[in-house]
Amino acid sequence: MTVTAPLVRVEGLRKLFPLNQGLLRPATSFIHAVDGVSFAIAPGKSLALVGESGSGKTTTGKLLVRLLHPTDGQIVMRLNDADVAVTTLKGDRVRAFRRHVQMIFQDPYESLNPRRTIYDTVAEPLYVQGIGNVLDRQERVAELLTLVGLTPPSTFMFRFPHELSGGQRQRVAIARALVINPAFVVADEPTSMLDVSIRASVMQLMQRLAEHLHVTYLYITHDLAVARYMSDRLAVMYLGKIVEMGDTEEVLHHPQHPYTQALLSAVPVPDPGWKRTPIEIKGGVSKPVNPPPRCRFYDRCPLAAKICEDNDHPPLEDKSAGHYVACYRA
Amino acid sequence: MTTNKRQNAPAIIPSELTTLDPQERAQLRKQALWRVRLRLMGQSLHANWRLFTENPIGLIGLSIIVFYGCLALAHPLLMGRVWSPSIYHPVTGFNPLLAHPSPPSAQHWLGTDPFGRDILSQLMYSTSSEFILGMVAALLTVTIGTAIGAIAAYYGGWVDTLFMRLADLVITLPSLVLLIVLSGIFELNLPRLAIIIGILSGFGGTTIIIKSQALTIKVRTYVEAARVAGGSHAHIIMRHIIPNLLPLTFLYMMFTVTDAIFAEAVLSYFGLLNVRMSWGMMIYTTQSTGYLLNMETWWLIVPSGLSITLLCAAFYLVGRAMDEVINPRLRKR
Amino acid sequence: MAETILQVENLTMHYITRAGAVSAVDDVSFTLAEGESLGLVGESGCGKTSVANSLLKLLADNARITGGRILFKGVDFVPLNEAQMRPYRWRNIAMVFQAAMNSLNPVYRVGDQIIEALETHLSPYSFDQARQRVAELFTMVGLDPRLMDQYPHEYSGGMRQRAVIAMALACNPDIIIADEPTTALDVIVQDTLLRQLQTLQARIGMSMIYISHDIAVIAEVSDRIGVMYAGKLVELASAEDIFHQPLHPYTIALMSAFPSVTGPRRALQTLPGEPPDLLHPPDGCRFHPRCPFASNQCREQTPLFQDRGGGHAVACWHPQETRI
Repeated sequence: MTVTAPLVRVEGLRKLFPLNQGLLRPATSFIHAVDGVSFAIAPGKSLALVGESGSGKTTTGKLLVRLLHPTDGQIVMRLNDADVAVTTLKGDRVRAFRRHVQMIFQDPYESLNPRRTIYDTVAEPLYVQGIGNVLDRQERVAELLTLVGLTPPSTFMFRFPHELSGGQRQRVAIARALVINPAFVVADEPTSMLDVSIRASVMQLMQRLAEHLHVTYLYITHDLAVARYMSDRLAVMYLGKIVEMGDTEEVLHHPQHPYTQALLSAVPVPDPGWKRTPIEIKGGVSKPVNPPPRCRFYDRCPLAAKICEDNDHPPLEDKSAGHYVACYRA
Repeated sequence: MTTNKRQNAPAIIPSELTTLDPQERAQLRKQALWRVRLRLMGQSLHANWRLFTENPIGLIGLSIIVFYGCLALAHPLLMGRVWSPSIYHPVTGFNPLLAHPSPPSAQHWLGTDPFGRDILSQLMYSTSSEFILGMVAALLTVTIGTAIGAIAAYYGGWVDTLFMRLADLVITLPSLVLLIVLSGIFELNLPRLAIIIGILSGFGGTTIIIKSQALTIKVRTYVEAARVAGGSHAHIIMRHIIPNLLPLTFLYMMFTVTDAIFAEAVLSYFGLLNVRMSWGMMIYTTQSTGYLLNMETWWLIVPSGLSITLLCAAFYLVGRAMDEVINPRLRKR
Repeated sequence: MAETILQVENLTMHYITRAGAVSAVDDVSFTLAEGESLGLVGESGCGKTSVANSLLKLLADNARITGGRILFKGVDFVPLNEAQMRPYRWRNIAMVFQAAMNSLNPVYRVGDQIIEALETHLSPYSFDQARQRVAELFTMVGLDPRLMDQYPHEYSGGMRQRAVIAMALACNPDIIIADEPTTALDVIVQDTLLRQLQTLQARIGMSMIYISHDIAVIAEVSDRIGVMYAGKLVELASAEDIFHQPLHPYTIALMSAFPSVTGPRRALQTLPGEPPDLLHPPDGCRFHPRCPFASNQCREQTPLFQDRGGGHAVACWHPQETRI
């Protein structure tokens, strides 16, 4: 472990979404989308957040870029050698914060405004932050388009999103996120909508840009194989909780939590000769509405025992050299 | 981290990655951004026009509108050069040589009314005020509707509740009855009518439709991306929500024109509108002189009645055709 | 070798658009044996779904089959009209679509929808018999029969997909075509569903055509695999051969672009460029603009789809000898 301060430190992050809330009637039940999540990301060490739909991984990402406000918990980022408490920023400081933290979204067909040119889209962060004049911005956009492989930039700058393919659109979205040189980027399934042959090149592009531009990613994905290529560390989420976290290769080769094991064994392998060891887990993911205090995975867990039912959700404990697991039975 | 955003401005890019080709750079310096935008706008207009012309419905509507536009423009020319004002003036003219109402003839193509005034001249004279009435009402409607719709959808909460309940209230008001009542309170002329219709329609049904569309735009990820970029509320509303609402507001402009022309006809027919001459006024004259149900004097009622129907239908048809340009799903391949 | 149940010969299909004819399926030939499962894999827009829809002639208004034959037990589907096609649909060939939510009518109970399908196709069923049959089908696909009186919105994504499969199985079809059956599902649910489908297929002995963009999913469930690119079938072979000795450069690229969780962490190979615009497909081999081995022959002449021995067919002038 290095001694450098983490770029992002998250402590006890919670986000509850109220259900059945009325005008005057307070909500009685809540979806516990993110429920007590803590992690740290060192500069240059990208973290992948893996989970199924409903695990709270996207909500966590949106909390980090302040698209959502947490119910509880702390997010501290180390930006320009100063600690920034993200959750308590106000007014102009929020805008200044957004110069360092950006997000790449899943669906390249939804994340680009169909009525704005590629130039307008990529230059938007510069424009709203008041950086440079029109010519500076044009040059900067042209540079970025070159960087993400949309060359020559002059043929792309004044086109509209519908004239581009899915892969090209995602490159535009990447260019927009990187145009103001952010230190930290939340990438929410940026390749899941792309075809295999395009996906590999977008993944490579993101890796290359991370190295050259010193960007650290929080890479959100449901695909363990993609997470393996895009991250140094991996955190597995289940119903709002991190159940296992550690170095990516370590977690993938020595999974300890029964959920991680099930997830790994369910990944289809492109090899007809591959004989899997199926792990039986019951049912599908439920919605975390007012969950009981016991382990979130209890209902589906093949190892469930009395200790799991009687106690609260197990704490995330360091089992061996930075490999954290939240399970009583692992 | 610094809050002063302009000071350390172009903290641009590590030099080893500045891979911009010098030729590209020179080209960028050459082309002015506003000129590129103008060209793009022209291209998109051209493309939409081609789609529009593929639809006969829109072309029929458009040719009717152009036809009436020509009538409106021709009237002052005819009055100045061809027609003698003492005979052909739409309000004060009178032809002493004929018994009135007289049927269509070479001198009076559409005949004369019971007061001896030329009907073609009345029809043409009124056309321009119908257009202006429709356009003013429509512009007002979409300006109010778009502004409120976008703001209510974007902010939600009590802003939304306030404007939507107001819209409910306006919708439940029977607008014709309201106009009749208003005509008793103060003098109702065409500009006032246009403003009232514009406000009623703008705060009422149009707002609700535009707001529901704005709600679907608000949840798009490009709006989230703009927020992450640091865009202010005003930036998001002006640059992202309203541009995507424009096609729909254009559509509702067309439909408001129809409503306004129709309302004018009804109010004039009841004699509640202070206007010198209009299509509705022409029907009112026929009715008040007792010729309304007289089939033999058809020329008194057909030109104005047909014009109201045709022009209302024309704007509606153009609206429908525009709907197909805007919504690719409605389009035939 | 089992008997051939479906034979597709030189199938060619166009979409007529305002910009011109889009050559969505071009000269595609394959056979399906009884009890076999065939996978069709390719990227979006490669024509795999168009092939599936052509087989049942469930085509959009602007689609035209311009050539080839579709022989099901000796009957050619291509010249048949709607009324003549109808008895084959569902009874002989059933389809499972990707969007399970859209295949179920939200205002009817799930069980009733299957009963209705049963009554349309197999008339002599009493109500009790039909319910009996639905219960049986539900058990087969791993759903609790008590769920048949619930509405689709009360089901989870995986349960809906199971219900749609139950519906497809209702008339004991000879062939089931599954178009991206698990794409919208989470991995664990996908895994259980795929295994269940395999067990069912083995038990009932029907043939299956799986269509997916995910080569790993196809690998799990198919005996033979066809790889499609830009409207063409470029390679067709046993699953083993496709994965261990692919011949077509596109298949090789597809395989090496796929990140692996378990294997050694090798660098991902990327394929330059984008799939071609099918309004104006390139001359010669449609893959040549992206192919590292392209020669002048590839640019000028369309490669023939030829068997290279052992049922391994490929359409390429320069098949590669690789072992993965």
